[in-house]
Amino acid sequence: MFLYLVKRLLRSVITLFIILTVVFVLVRQMPISGYFPNYEKMSEAQIKNGLHEMKLDLPMHEQLFYFYKDLLTKGDLGMSRIYRNNVPVAEILAPKIPISIKLGSLSLLVALLFGLPLGVIMARNKGKFLDQLGTGYIVVIEAVPAAVYYLFIQLFGTELLGMPLINSPGTFTTSGNTAAWILPVLSMSLGNTAYYAMWIRRYVVDESRKDYVTLARMKGMSSGKILSRHVFRNAFVPMIQYIPTSFLNTVIGSIYIESLYGVPGMGGLLVDVVKRQDNAMVLGIVLLYACVGIIGLIFGDILMVTLDPRISLTKRGGNR
Amino acid sequence: MKHASVDRLEKSLSVTLEEMLASPHAFEPAVFSEQDVERTGMSNYSYWRSTFIAFRKRTFAMFLLCLVLTILVFTFVQPHLPGQYDPVLVNNNEMGLPLKNQQPNETFLMGTNNIGQDIWARLWAGTRTSLTIGISVAVIEAIIGIFIGVLWGYIRKLDFILTEAYNVLDNIPTTLVLILVSFIMRPGMQTIIFALSLTGWIGMARFIRNQIIIIRDRDYNIASRCLGTGAFRIILRNLLPYLVSVIMLRMALSIPGAIGSEVFVTYIGLGLPATIPSLGNLINTGRSLMMSPNLRYQLIYPTILLSIVTISFYVIGNAFSDAADPKNHT
Repeated sequence: MFLYLVKRLLRSVITLFIILTVVFVLVRQMPISGYFPNYEKMSEAQIKNGLHEMKLDLPMHEQLFYFYKDLLTKGDLGMSRIYRNNVPVAEILAPKIPISIKLGSLSLLVALLFGLPLGVIMARNKGKFLDQLGTGYIVVIEAVPAAVYYLFIQLFGTELLGMPLINSPGTFTTSGNTAAWILPVLSMSLGNTAYYAMWIRRYVVDESRKDYVTLARMKGMSSGKILSRHVFRNAFVPMIQYIPTSFLNTVIGSIYIESLYGVPGMGGLLVDVVKRQDNAMVLGIVLLYACVGIIGLIFGDILMVTLDPRISLTKRGGNR
Repeated sequence: MKHASVDRLEKSLSVTLEEMLASPHAFEPAVFSEQDVERTGMSNYSYWRSTFIAFRKRTFAMFLLCLVLTILVFTFVQPHLPGQYDPVLVNNNEMGLPLKNQQPNETFLMGTNNIGQDIWARLWAGTRTSLTIGISVAVIEAIIGIFIGVLWGYIRKLDFILTEAYNVLDNIPTTLVLILVSFIMRPGMQTIIFALSLTGWIGMARFIRNQIIIIRDRDYNIASRCLGTGAFRIILRNLLPYLVSVIMLRMALSIPGAIGSEVFVTYIGLGLPATIPSLGNLINTGRSLMMSPNLRYQLIYPTILLSIVTISFYVIGNAFSDAADPKNHT
């Protein structure tokens, strides 16, 4: 098991290098005019000068060499040029990450707390009123674009519950005021709640048809006990794979919610810096996301093995 | 030693096995005939007809299918109806001033937007754009995704390399791809369809790959392989027919998915130009007016239409995938 993890981590490092290299080459395909806000008015010498300053006039492999030299020897991701001029990328990202993680993990927690019981209740009342009610909720959340129902929640919160519409800059810190977090966390958790409810329902329904449930029932176990002791644990195994992925999404942040409520997190940061061609920032964020993604996948596998001892990551044919 | 079942068959057909094999017609496919059904148990079962019959029983899904088809047809008919406005025309009053933000009335069924364009006309033109985008992307995604996914799942040698390729492609920011595509191609429908397909097939391929891995070593496939069936034939005859229902469900869901992506892409400012109305455009314009209560209709109409389309595809997809499962055929 330990050896397997080491091997897998080594392979991930290679993947990481490929990802960074591909993105590095891709961002350098962007139009030159995008690097200068007043491109039309600049003389050719100025443009040449500017490109030289950013090392963009060097051949691709040399640029790549300098990038990796800085990254590997000094752990330096470079300077942001446009988002905030001449500030190290790491320094920009450092305060934003915990805020997005707090928002995301709170909403994930809410989603699990509501979604799992909802799914189980739906499965136990399959085809009856409660199941149809839950299905209705899931379909509506899937159907109405998130951008729209977030707006309605904000509207409802500000008009009827008297929450402040615009939050002062200091509101969303990792320690700050709790009340302001309620609406963003709630809005963000709705989608995940529906998602978890839908899948846990599916898995509980599938598990309940298995023979061991019939056996447990024949032994005279109460259906509540069958659910909590047998069915739930088996139904939760495939779910566990989604949780690290959901956690990754929390680190990415939500562009809609963070811009609606003025949360200074990671949401939309990648979109913003890609559009403004801040190459160092793009690479920094891609590196961060790729790391979290890869670690998340490995972590999901470890969780799965811990929860279900029948699954083996190392033996062949273990999953038949 | 003959098996008992061979005995029974011979008795029911009143010929022996040797006679049957000696006959010159022994290896010609049998033709369906009503009289022989009782004797041999052969039926005229047709997969697609049974699927269709099972689907027709789902009245709600049938209703929504008709609704979506009506909407689709209406988006093409609407511009030719009498008394319609052009979706991009700015309507002026007698003084030559634009009729901005008119509430819904007799001339403008759904009012006008903030520069005086008729929302009713824009809504249908936008639905046409969005449905075209959604259906095209879903079809392209399915073709590429199934092709790559099958190779990825079935050919073990490709698994390692394609998994690594997946990890790389999955981590390239979608925004970056979208911007590069819109930089290379002119903004428009083709560009957005191309860009969304370019990023969308990856998920489909992974989905197909996982499904193929689950069924590729089932006993019936091992039996086929032992009989010397080629990989291509196994894929076409054994694997893909088994996956029809899940593939159809996935495709039905990727249509509203692509429409939703278009809304998102417009939100981050990389969508269609304002001269091509789409549901994404309309919802985004509406969003900015959300805070003034009497202008909310500009957001609500497109949202309702989008929701109807999404829910319909969701329900139709689920009903169709149930109907396509032979276990549910009667």
